Amino acid sequence: MAEPAIRLTSVSKRFGGVQALDSVDFAVDAGEVHCLAGENGCGKSTIIKIVTGVYQPDPGARIELFGEVVEKVTPQEARARGIAVIWQDLALFPEMTVAENIAFETMLGNRPRRVSYPAMRKRAVAALARLDVDLDLDARLNTLPIAQRQVVAIARALVSDARLIFMDEPTASLTQSETDALLDVVRKLSARGVAVVFVSHRLAEVLDISSRVTVFRDGRLVGVYPTEGMTQGRLTELMTGKHFETTVAARDVTGPPVLEVQGLTRQGEYADVSFTLHAGEVLGLTGLIGAGRSELGHTLFGMSRADAGQVLLDGKPVRFPSNRAAVDAGIAYVSEDRLSLGLIQPQSIADNTVMAVLKRITSGGLISPAKKAALVDHWIRELAVKIGEPTDAVSTLSGGNQQRVVLAKWLATEPRVLILDSPTVGVDVGARAGIFRIVRQLAETGLAILLISDEATEVLANADRVLHMAGGRILGEYDPRETTLQGLEAAIYA
Amino acid sequence: MHSFLRNYPTEAKLLAVLVVICAALSSASPSFLTLVNFTDLLNNNAVNVIWAVGLVVVLIAGGIDISFAVAASVVQYLCVFVFGWIGGGNWAIGFVVAGVLGISLGLINAFLIHQFRIISIVVTIATFNAFFGLLMFFSSGRFLYNLPGWWSDRLILWEYETSGGTWAEIRLPVVVMVVAMFATWALIRHTTTGRQLYAFGDNPEGARRAGINIALMQAIAFGWMGMMAGIGGLMQSHITREVVPNALYGRELEVLAAVVLGGARLGGGRGSVLGCFLGVALIAVTQNGLNLMGVSPYAFKMVVGLTILIAISMSNLDFSAMTAPKRRDL
Ligand SMILES: Nc1ncnc2c1ncn2[C@@H]1O[C@H](COP(=O)(O)OP(=O)(O)OP(=O)(O)O)[C@@H](O)[C@H]1O
Ligand SMILES: [Mg+2]
Repeated sequence: MAEPAIRLTSVSKRFGGVQALDSVDFAVDAGEVHCLAGENGCGKSTIIKIVTGVYQPDPGARIELFGEVVEKVTPQEARARGIAVIWQDLALFPEMTVAENIAFETMLGNRPRRVSYPAMRKRAVAALARLDVDLDLDARLNTLPIAQRQVVAIARALVSDARLIFMDEPTASLTQSETDALLDVVRKLSARGVAVVFVSHRLAEVLDISSRVTVFRDGRLVGVYPTEGMTQGRLTELMTGKHFETTVAARDVTGPPVLEVQGLTRQGEYADVSFTLHAGEVLGLTGLIGAGRSELGHTLFGMSRADAGQVLLDGKPVRFPSNRAAVDAGIAYVSEDRLSLGLIQPQSIADNTVMAVLKRITSGGLISPAKKAALVDHWIRELAVKIGEPTDAVSTLSGGNQQRVVLAKWLATEPRVLILDSPTVGVDVGARAGIFRIVRQLAETGLAILLISDEATEVLANADRVLHMAGGRILGEYDPRETTLQGLEAAIYA
Repeated sequence: MHSFLRNYPTEAKLLAVLVVICAALSSASPSFLTLVNFTDLLNNNAVNVIWAVGLVVVLIAGGIDISFAVAASVVQYLCVFVFGWIGGGNWAIGFVVAGVLGISLGLINAFLIHQFRIISIVVTIATFNAFFGLLMFFSSGRFLYNLPGWWSDRLILWEYETSGGTWAEIRLPVVVMVVAMFATWALIRHTTTGRQLYAFGDNPEGARRAGINIALMQAIAFGWMGMMAGIGGLMQSHITREVVPNALYGRELEVLAAVVLGGARLGGGRGSVLGCFLGVALIAVTQNGLNLMGVSPYAFKMVVGLTILIAISMSNLDFSAMTAPKRRDL
């Protein structure tokens, strides 16, 4: 039996009305890759924050770090003992440069020291080299797209000589090659005796990388299992207590065309894109990150303009000067980067839900509390968002539940065309099924849905037709009923 | 040059605006572009720069301070009593006493903000009123002229007689300003503490999780501001040779405008010493130029207001964003 790196016993944490953790035990051995799995809001991020002193546990908990019982953990203490974290919300410094973000730990400590910018850069370069990526070290972080910020957050955790690294959904917005590089680094870390706690909703990844998995459900420990012999189906059952079947939902769509895209081109983003989206149809759009899928979505939603080509809505050419105009025309867009584009974090769940439909809940110029409450209740129930009170700030929700609030906000606009850009990033299996069930129901009512996703399984299971995009162009169209996963993946990774 | 533009976009734009205004003024008024006028500008605005470099540290750390100008008045008053009590003093004692008193007042702000988790604007508006009320109460609004000689005697460190027979001179406050600028620059650019201040202002939650001591950050930011307030107060009385309880009331907004003009962001995480200097310079030069052209003081208050507005909106404009369609945050 290997030495334990950390051992937590009977950890509980209550936030107002939410019991985030209920007397759970959690232990990680030195040099082990340990996976923490569970549905959205089951307490994965919370336990990481407790180990690292960001939150204090409720009385009764016992925390042992590298063989020593620690009475009160503080972030400084945790870091000093060799614990590093890749936070789910990254927790980077947007105004600072890439180099400074990565090597920020050289700046820590209460006693002032001289800053050595060359030494800082050297560390940053070394960390990026381990991930085999190239980033402009002097770029300010807030100028980078979300995927690159994620890389910065990962590099930051690698800089330190940590003995235990928590990775909270580090791969959610990475490309396949970046993910592979990360998994490789994790293996190397583990070989060097560094323990890694890995959190991800991509179960294939989880089973691939870890040797043991701890499963939480609703803040309680379900069990600790070796990954050998574990299947995705079994893990899903442990996480949710339910059994899920993946089936192909595709069918023939006979509705009239709603959105027609003809030869749409935007320099450097996508070129000559044409397709037709019918009423009642779920059209999948897949391809690797960087294929121009999200950029296309931005244009359709009025957030950027095409250089050539046109978009017809109900047969009439449209050009949206702003996203507000697109919303008014009945288009809704659920963004991939939900944390910065989709939600106003400090505002309440209720306010975020009704943000795009204020007009509909006002009477006589004032917001009607009754209409607002009814609308909010409806969508929270419909999407099974796990919340304390609708008046709680969105920032108190778990990552996956925030994603559902974004979805609720856009569904509340009752759009005719719904563009879903990676709607299940960071969403657990159970909730994915829930979200797609809703997507299906919406399509049944005649909504036209464009489903953008980089997961081939997801589009095959849920779309009526699938378009494959690469290098800004549409390369092919597939019928999910006649396409195998291997076939589509071969095309995507070709 | 390229990296300067990239790292200091606001400062670069501000510098360009300043150059344009200087060029316009020197063609409009012959007495603008003279050595005497420039040294006068420096002497008269040194105190604002000293305060600005204090304030920028608070803004970088994500806070704001409304109380510093009044705090400077409080320090001036207390200094008169302390110097009287110890029987005179000298410059060395003067700087230490003014600095320490200023730091103490700054720490009051930091303590209230950290201990009771009240946002800094609320706390400093409260202390602004409290300091001012106490000051007016205890001084009964009386002016003090009995400053020790070392304090009130002009200290000219460099002078030069121009061909026209007028004297260009650099006085003590300018040197103190240079030292304050250098010290602040060293703090925020070259110490780990300074970088922590930026990080804290930029993302407080991220800073906390990284293990930055939040209480210490508040103390350093407001302590530094307090120290600069005290030293600025000492310099102000050196220039005016008197202590007037309400003389500095209102200066905080002028300095705040200059600092924001210089690229500091009210949300924290951004700001530079160079920006402070340029911000103060822009306001000073505009006022000075209008003055030389004989514009009514009321009109020039308005023009200064407009300059601030234009410069700030320019610095917030991203020209590439102007050509792209709007994205409203729905
Ligand atoms: N600061 C907070 N205030 C109130 N409630 C909170 C707070 N932080 C977390 N919670 C609640 O605690 C529960 C657990 O949240 P946590 O973030 O640990 O979930 P998670 O397992 O990481 O989920 P996800 O997979 O969605 O990231 C959630 O119901 C969340 O709403
Ligand atoms: Mg989480």
